[in-house]
Amino acid sequence: MSDIKRITKKRKFRKDNTLYLLLRDPLGRAGFMGIALIVLLAIFAPYISNFDVAEIHSKDRLQAPNSTYWFGTDNFGRDIFSRIVYGARVSLIVGIVSVSIAAGIGFILGIISGYFEGRIETTIMMVMDVLFAFPSILLALLIVAVLGTSIVNTMIAIGIVNIPVFTRTVRASVKSIKSLDFVADAKSIGLKDRDILIRHIAPNSLASFIVQATLALSSAILTEATMSFLGLGIRPPEPSWGSMLSESRAFMELAPWMVIFPALFIILTILSFNILGDALRDVLDPKLKL
Amino acid sequence: MKNYIIRRLLTLIPVLLGISVAIFLIMQLIPGDVVTGILGIEETPELRAMWERRLGLDKPLVVQYFNWISGVVRGDFGESFRTGAKVFPEILSRFAVSAELALIACIVAWIIALPLGVLSALKRNSITDRIVRIIALLGVSVPNFATATLLILFLALAFGYYSPIRYVSFLENPLVNLEIMLFPAIVMGGSMAGSVMRMTRSSLLEVLRQDFIKAVRAKGAPERVTIMRHAFKNASIPIVTLVGMQMGILMGGTVVIEQIFSIPGLGQYLLTGIFQRDYPIVQGSVLFMAFIYVFINLLVDIIYTYIDPRISYS
Amino acid sequence: MQNLLEIKDLKIKTLRNKEEVMLLDKVNLNIAPGQCLGIVGESGCGKSITANSLLKLLPYPLSVSSGNAMFKSPSLGMVDLLNLEENAMRGIRGKEIAMIFQEPMTSLDPIFTIERQMKEALEFHHPHMPENEKHERCVEVLKQVNIPRIEQTLASYPHQLSGGQLQRIMIAIALINTPALLIADEPTTALDVTIQAQILELMNNLKHEQNASVMFITHDLGVIAETSEQVAVFYSGHIVEEASAEELFYRPAHPYTEGLIRSISSLNEKGNQLYSIPGNVPPGGELKSYCRFYDRCKYAEDSCKRGLPMLVEVAPKHYCRCFRHSMEVEV
Repeated sequence: MSDIKRITKKRKFRKDNTLYLLLRDPLGRAGFMGIALIVLLAIFAPYISNFDVAEIHSKDRLQAPNSTYWFGTDNFGRDIFSRIVYGARVSLIVGIVSVSIAAGIGFILGIISGYFEGRIETTIMMVMDVLFAFPSILLALLIVAVLGTSIVNTMIAIGIVNIPVFTRTVRASVKSIKSLDFVADAKSIGLKDRDILIRHIAPNSLASFIVQATLALSSAILTEATMSFLGLGIRPPEPSWGSMLSESRAFMELAPWMVIFPALFIILTILSFNILGDALRDVLDPKLKL
Repeated sequence: MKNYIIRRLLTLIPVLLGISVAIFLIMQLIPGDVVTGILGIEETPELRAMWERRLGLDKPLVVQYFNWISGVVRGDFGESFRTGAKVFPEILSRFAVSAELALIACIVAWIIALPLGVLSALKRNSITDRIVRIIALLGVSVPNFATATLLILFLALAFGYYSPIRYVSFLENPLVNLEIMLFPAIVMGGSMAGSVMRMTRSSLLEVLRQDFIKAVRAKGAPERVTIMRHAFKNASIPIVTLVGMQMGILMGGTVVIEQIFSIPGLGQYLLTGIFQRDYPIVQGSVLFMAFIYVFINLLVDIIYTYIDPRISYS
Repeated sequence: MQNLLEIKDLKIKTLRNKEEVMLLDKVNLNIAPGQCLGIVGESGCGKSITANSLLKLLPYPLSVSSGNAMFKSPSLGMVDLLNLEENAMRGIRGKEIAMIFQEPMTSLDPIFTIERQMKEALEFHHPHMPENEKHERCVEVLKQVNIPRIEQTLASYPHQLSGGQLQRIMIAIALINTPALLIADEPTTALDVTIQAQILELMNNLKHEQNASVMFITHDLGVIAETSEQVAVFYSGHIVEEASAEELFYRPAHPYTEGLIRSISSLNEKGNQLYSIPGNVPPGGELKSYCRFYDRCKYAEDSCKRGLPMLVEVAPKHYCRCFRHSMEVEV
């Protein structure tokens, strides 16, 4: 029992300090601020943007950035700034929903396959191995090719692709925690499997899970942008940074701003997530430190 | 050793079967069906029945799968709906193009990443180290379609440079071919280099902390021998693993990069297949790429056993 | 100078949170040719870093802040090890001064064969030695350290051998260039008790055969008794007592040495409870300005806090740092 107390206590101590430790690190702070900016853009998109994302100003095509159109206009005369701002919303929603799908399913499968051995584990891990054997973007493209392109299908595709990573992480940490004494202690005082899972193992797997989720979020956003860039993700006129960048290519010498702003925001977002993921990993789970 | 390779090949069979079943099942999810896709508005019941017979769609699912997979084993991936051409020969010739691109990209990545990774580990916490780490982070974070687009824009605006429009194979004209491959390879290699750099740095630092490095120095080893012979060779074990994992990213990369730079590789073929709803092409290319991916990872495992004597063959 | 090595006023510092912290201060040690000097003390007292500093193998961010270590090098004549340039130092490492480490399991490179790693030690100092000569030399030293099935062992990788065998091999590598000084940093700590005894016996034999000087570092006074002629007791970054082994065991002067001796002799007396000195070694960097053993000393009085006792000669060639023997204070 003392082990249970010790570990739970330690976890609480860490949880209280995660944010503090993260913000103490200059890189962690930079990543955090970058993401905060994107999140704020996404939440307050209607108040920040000057125009409707689909509003066509046929007289103002390919305008360079100016006081009306802060980031200029595209070939239809749509305001790039507004599309970027709403694009943040699309990116984040796709990222969060698809990671939630992946994390939810992956977490459950991981817990089950880590805790119960035998046929259930073998079957789950076999399916995961097969999914993992695909280069991830290929699997996502295949799923979208079959289901058709739409925002929902994009989320489903990215979600499915990311399941194995979560299953593996969770399973590995469940297995290592299971071998600790306190689980045996919990069993010996008569706790049921389900209670042990929910009360002790699940919370203890959390650290590596959070790190994984941050990294997955960045890769999901990246995958969405890539798929939209290829014309297989978010469909126009819905603004996605990936498709904006793709559309800009035909006009890039006439209107370099069409290229630069979407590229800049994609880079900023992925970079912030990666920096935050690195910092978070150092803080939460020093053992994973690269 | 030979036995080990054979055994590893045997363990691949279930994975490869699993992949093929997964692809087959996913293809069944196509809304409407293939025949509608082919016939469109010209559909009549007679034509439909004829096509269903021709494609074997009137048979049960299991039979359809076995028909398909037994063809695959014989190198018959079916025919394109559009052109009627055999898919497999096209996959092979396009794979050669993609493989060339990927190989050059890998070389670019290693030439950039390994020396810089070693340098930043040896000069840990110095200014050099910080700069290398920032470059690496950018390499990991900047998506290659963004780099590619920005690079094309930059080349056009700054130098008025456009890469040749028509693709020329290496055998036709090696120089023009390399000119075409250069920038796509730099873009792909650059994004790979980021993670190789990070891995090189961290695993070298990890090895340098170990006892045997001090013992080697205590024998009177010159620093160069300590680093290159002992530290780097030990550090290369995780780096090789990473390279295997990167092959998947590289394949995704070829899809994007070939599209942007109009290179007629396997990635572009797949994408065309997806846009034209030409399912044999999609099914065949994905299957082929997944197989290649699995085989490369097998190759990595084998290279592993050569570097690390602790991994037993049995 | 008749000594092989004379260490004078050695001080070692480290960086902690960008501040310099002393780990070792004013250590003076001498080793005569053919002599074995034992250095004993609990972990963290500074004995290992003393040894590492001699070969310039201190890990970052540790560094020598002052002092010198005059070594009578067979090839270079008298040199100061602490201020030797890297190239000259490389010629000394493994050739004139060899080192044996605590962890045989991790002190060999896992991905090279034993033969390759042994030959390396020759190659660094005799780049033109022919392969077959190197091989013969390897076989010869492995015989000296009693390795059975020599050819098989040479072809093995470290993970295929036991800790005892690996430590024999480490000793063989250390001996391969017939060094003038052998530094053994806790060579038996990681081994089983029976293997420990074998390794100690081996080292004793070799010392007599090769007439090499040895610096033997250990936390185990029992091991010192079996190997060393001269003993220095380290505590919290400096020497608290130094004497010949006999003198030290029969007439320990410092309360810490007394405690160490009591803790081994209690092992031999039936029915006695195992004695251990109460408390722990203070962590490095907290070097106190008064007697550093004060907190754990059973003779401690308030007057012991007046300053740092000086290392003084309490009997012929017997030095001790304790106010019970001398009131002199270090400045």
